[in-house]
Amino acid sequence: MHDIALRAAGLQKRFGGLLAVSDVSIDIRAGEIHAVIGPNGAGKSTLINLLAGELLPTSGEVLLNGVDITSLSPDRRARAGLGRAYQKTTLFAQFSVHENVRLAAQARSTAPLRMFGGTRCDRPYLQLVTDAIDRVGLSARSQIIADKLSHGEQRQLEIAMVLATNPQVILLDEPLAGMGPSEARGIIGLIASLKADRALLVVEHDMDAVFELADRLTVMQDGRVIATGLPQDVRVDPGVRAAYLGADGGIA
Amino acid sequence: MSMPNLRVRLFGIACLAMAIALPFCVSTYYTQFFAKALIMGMLAMSLNLVVGHGGLVSLCHAAFFGLAGYVLALLSPRYDAASLLTTLPIAILCSGTAALLIGALVLRTRGVYFIMVTLAFGEMLFFFFHDTKFAGGSDGISINIRPEIAIAGSQLLDLDKPMTFYFVVLGFLVGVIALLTMVVRSPFGRALAAARDNERRARSLGFPIFRLRLTAFTLSGALAGVAGYLAAAQFGFVAPQMLGWHQSATILVMVLIGGLRSVTGPLVGALVLIGMEEVLKAHLDNWKLAEGLIIIGIVILLPNGVRQIWSMVFGASPQRAAEIKPAAAEARHA
Repeated sequence: MHDIALRAAGLQKRFGGLLAVSDVSIDIRAGEIHAVIGPNGAGKSTLINLLAGELLPTSGEVLLNGVDITSLSPDRRARAGLGRAYQKTTLFAQFSVHENVRLAAQARSTAPLRMFGGTRCDRPYLQLVTDAIDRVGLSARSQIIADKLSHGEQRQLEIAMVLATNPQVILLDEPLAGMGPSEARGIIGLIASLKADRALLVVEHDMDAVFELADRLTVMQDGRVIATGLPQDVRVDPGVRAAYLGADGGIA
Repeated sequence: MSMPNLRVRLFGIACLAMAIALPFCVSTYYTQFFAKALIMGMLAMSLNLVVGHGGLVSLCHAAFFGLAGYVLALLSPRYDAASLLTTLPIAILCSGTAALLIGALVLRTRGVYFIMVTLAFGEMLFFFFHDTKFAGGSDGISINIRPEIAIAGSQLLDLDKPMTFYFVVLGFLVGVIALLTMVVRSPFGRALAAARDNERRARSLGFPIFRLRLTAFTLSGALAGVAGYLAAAQFGFVAPQMLGWHQSATILVMVLIGGLRSVTGPLVGALVLIGMEEVLKAHLDNWKLAEGLIIIGIVILLPNGVRQIWSMVFGASPQRAAEIKPAAAEARHA
């Protein structure tokens, strides 16, 4: 296994006259949480969409475990081992918790589109489903329709679905958005537990959470990377302090 | 097996027993009438794979139905019977291929655009048969002699007997129900429903949405071909109207009356619509007006289709009730 699980090199995305992401290079290592921060409009969400394949870059390339995936569609990238959770919760709202997670596992099973046989037969992935639901702490709620869950539980379900696809790289777009402090604590603990055998990229606004979780930090502004490195180094970087942290009221 | 599940099975068996007993209890006219109704039910069920389970409202379904009818008409010798065992597979293949080709183009669009583009392709086929002379043009063509089921020259079943024909239709119907039930419950069917519920999420999980929908669209078209072949064999006549958008819309109404969320709902919808027409025609001059008002009433009072009556009478299991409610909400949004 490569040390660098996901690498973006010289990524650029132009929307007409607007350069949303400009010459961004980022390395995400296995076993690490890499946080991306920056003010609104810095290009963080565009970056995640470029990495996940929902947007194609104007130039630059994306490598997953050393393999070029720049031109792969989102579903091909998912099958290659890239999992993502959305900023705005996007679930199969009319299906139960179990069915949501089961579908996620099915997508990565050996015959995801088999047309015969039910879904309840003893498939290896059913264990994966139960494990993912247990891991996020939703076992007692597995028969509830996703629509009826609280906001925090829906975020937990999002993560369970990503887990069930058994990805090597996980992209999380603002996993704590709209969450109360106590709900957030649970999710932070959960995210921290995910990095053992995977690489994580987390975009997040909550600075306390970022400094608690991140092994490595990248700061973006106006579509560019202005600093990247270990959190303690980035924290004292004069450029970052001036451009972002200082304006934000300071967190040192 | 849970109690509601057992009850559903018993109900299904009772329906099948009634369907088998029916031709022995009614006149030849009604045997033919019910054979026609079951064929339309088969057609509506095939459409529902795309509309109800796939979430794609198609207005060219009659094209696949009519195409199979034309295939039989064109393959039938003038003074001899065509063999069902060879012409039916050819008809299914033609309808399936047409669905594959049309699907490969129309499935690149979404929402209202999908509806309009399917309409356009359906009309294209309609005018192809309407305005060219090779298949009888606007007059259509007759099938003088019904196809026969024969192996090595000895006839197995005489399709000229209305009762035999009825049982052949019933056999195909049971087969189509079994096939659709299997597909809907399979991983494929669940993935298709997931793409209906949230396409973006389904794609990010790794489901190939286009291939998924194209497979469903093709299968749906091929099954419409079975219905089209049987309809042409029964009437002994095909005309461009069989492919037109008016026919497509009628099938869609059957699906809506019967309910989108089950395999056999559209069959119930077809029986209700055709049965209602039969009764109204006999008693009223302005029967279309009455029919329209009744359909509006059904859609308003039973947004999940007439099959909802079943759960009202027998009580629904909590899981089904939970699945039904969002479906109703969706129907109102649509």
